[in-house]
Amino acid sequence: MADEKEKESAELAVADLQRKVREAFEVFDHELNNTVDVREIGTIIRSLGCCPNEGELHDLIAEVEEEEPTGYIRFEKFLPVMTNILVEKRYRPIPEEILLQAFEVLDPTKRGFLSKEELIKYMTEEGEPFSQEEMEEMLSAAIGPESNFIHYRDYITMMVIDEN
Amino acid sequence: MGCGSSSIKIKKSAKTIRAALIIQNWYRGYRARLKARQRYALTIFQSIEYADEQGQLQLSNFFSFMLENYVHIQEKDPTLVNRLFGCAPQDDRGRQECVGIIEVPESYSGPRLQFPLNTNSLTIMIEAFKKQQILHAYYVLEILFETKEAMKQMPNFTHIRTCPTKEITICGDLHGKLEDLLLIFSKNGLPSGYNPYVFNGDFVDRGKCSIEILMILFVSFLLYGDDLCLNRGNHEDFLMNMRYGFTKEVLSKYKIHGKKILQVLEEVFAWLPLGTIIDDEILIMHGGISESTDLNLLHHIERNKMKSVLMPPVPVDKDSGTETKKNKGHVPRGVKLSGSPSDYLTKHEWEQVIDILWSDPRGKRGCYPNTCRGGGCYFGPDVTSKFLNKNHLKLLIRSHECKPEGYEICHDGKVITVFSASNYYEEGSNRGAYIKVGFCTTLRFFQYQVTKATCLRPLHQRVNTIESSAIRILKERMVSRKTDLIRSFQLQDRTKSGKISMGQWAFSMENTLGLNLPWRTLSSHLVLTDDDGNIDYMTCFHDIQIQKPVKELSQLSLKLCTDTDLTCKSFLMSLTLITQVLSRWKNFIPCGNFFVVTTTFILVIPKLMSLLKEWT
Repeated sequence: MADEKEKESAELAVADLQRKVREAFEVFDHELNNTVDVREIGTIIRSLGCCPNEGELHDLIAEVEEEEPTGYIRFEKFLPVMTNILVEKRYRPIPEEILLQAFEVLDPTKRGFLSKEELIKYMTEEGEPFSQEEMEEMLSAAIGPESNFIHYRDYITMMVIDEN
Repeated sequence: MGCGSSSIKIKKSAKTIRAALIIQNWYRGYRARLKARQRYALTIFQSIEYADEQGQLQLSNFFSFMLENYVHIQEKDPTLVNRLFGCAPQDDRGRQECVGIIEVPESYSGPRLQFPLNTNSLTIMIEAFKKQQILHAYYVLEILFETKEAMKQMPNFTHIRTCPTKEITICGDLHGKLEDLLLIFSKNGLPSGYNPYVFNGDFVDRGKCSIEILMILFVSFLLYGDDLCLNRGNHEDFLMNMRYGFTKEVLSKYKIHGKKILQVLEEVFAWLPLGTIIDDEILIMHGGISESTDLNLLHHIERNKMKSVLMPPVPVDKDSGTETKKNKGHVPRGVKLSGSPSDYLTKHEWEQVIDILWSDPRGKRGCYPNTCRGGGCYFGPDVTSKFLNKNHLKLLIRSHECKPEGYEICHDGKVITVFSASNYYEEGSNRGAYIKVGFCTTLRFFQYQVTKATCLRPLHQRVNTIESSAIRILKERMVSRKTDLIRSFQLQDRTKSGKISMGQWAFSMENTLGLNLPWRTLSSHLVLTDDDGNIDYMTCFHDIQIQKPVKELSQLSLKLCTDTDLTCKSFLMSLTLITQVLSRWKNFIPCGNFFVVTTTFILVIPKLMSLLKEWT
């Protein structure tokens, strides 16, 4: 009895997740024909709360693309893959403390800030480098036009509040 | 600082790389969520905008219904039909009588124009508008009368050609945003014989400088003729203007002569050409097409008879093949209409014009009624191909829909949407664009965005602005449908606990409001959820506002409906005015109002129907 109930509620939960995926997908389906531009897939996946890195995203796109890539992703292919990700709770977002520690690694003398040049160097030359657009956007939020320093603790707090 | 090398020494280590990866990953996630929130906000704005337009068009459908049944009405009361559809004979306002009596006082500090106009007139006017000066009614009326006479000479479609030395610039909706027009002129140059433009409709409504834009466009048209093509949009329509702000703008800027200006404008709008054709290959029209769009017919209709899309034609059809079953094919006898049938387009012609002004392209094949807007249709890539082939055309350029990037290409490159009002819904909501067509129809696209600040605000601030704006108007919409929403929630709340599941809540919201939005994602902004994930639905209405106007409004509507001194035109105008009155009410905003009017109106229809039934 309890098993059946559990099964039923699990199914309902999955159905709800599927509807959530559908909603997020539809917002980007401009032509209302159940397809989205492949360049928006990253945005859709991240808007659902998941945080794959660029490499993982690349693999996911390969999974949902057509045999012969058309530049568009169909909902029928996207839904099962995305639902799975949500059910398995993959690509969880980074906790605030880990993010803070990451900044502190780049600031070993513990000044409490990074210079604009340092941030640009790290973000555009290491890891999975930012594009110019991404770099500019991050800077515009992190520092005023006159300033040259990012006080990362404040920055993180501000971004976290904004998300909530 | 030390030996001035510009390179910063960074420690390359596995730890550093990991740290960089974490920050990049986090930032990309954050940025994507911002972009998604921006998209959701735009979807909200757009859904509500189209729902409002639908409300406006529902009025027209109601009148169509009435028209199709009037045979029965007129048998009971022969004079009613005459009163309903008769209109005052065209008050041919003598130009001398209208303008001749106006004097421009010495004290007037605005721009003074010479007639006949010259290129100087245009620059003087633009400089004055930049300083927010208002052009005197005398000049406005002179320009309008001149424009009307010149437009009468134009065919329904203007044919123009590219040549090696000049490109034609195509602009989309401007909606009264003067800053955007000025930005286009500063980037692309003023119109002239060497710099031709096509403006694809919707010059007015919503923005604050509609009349100024019209003055600039009309003066340019008078100066440069075929090098300044103006196409009619669905907002070049006096009934739309009453609803969407242009009428209000004119009446407030021109307190004495505003009414006169609006009357002449009514005719100027009706004389606007329907479209432009470049090199017999590119067709430019405001909305789109339907599967029955007949370009030949459209070339020949008397376009000036369509004063407003929302005033349906008299059902005395020249081609009597379109009688409805109820009409039984009888032309009513004994009905003497004060306006003759030849003052109106036939129903078929009228539908053709609505289709080209209101339709939207979509990915789905075929042609479907445009249920979001309530008029025109959704046309698919197959409809486009067929139409273009049949008419030996290569491309359709249209406007009518706001696009985040200012333009959008669809239907395999055969349809392009161009929209020129940046920040249309809210600051930061979208870019504007224009297209330049060169010799042999090569295309170049240009984008821009007007910004008040000297540098663009950070993305998250811009997104916050449009998001809170969108949520606010969505909440107002919810409050205006409170009764229906509560009923729907309660139907699903079998245990009467005050709570329903997320799925049930989303279902109620979508079906009651008729808006296809991502409700689950938006729920956090609209309602409280408990720890089990269930929705406390009454928290939807935490900012409860006015109930009273709804009741007053329904009483007003009822009075209007039963008022026997009724004509189509006055009825529609009155109903539209009511929404204007409501918008002055502190906590109401226009789109929320009209939705209230529509729902009330729809409630009133059964009463009206039963009245009609009594007569039959």
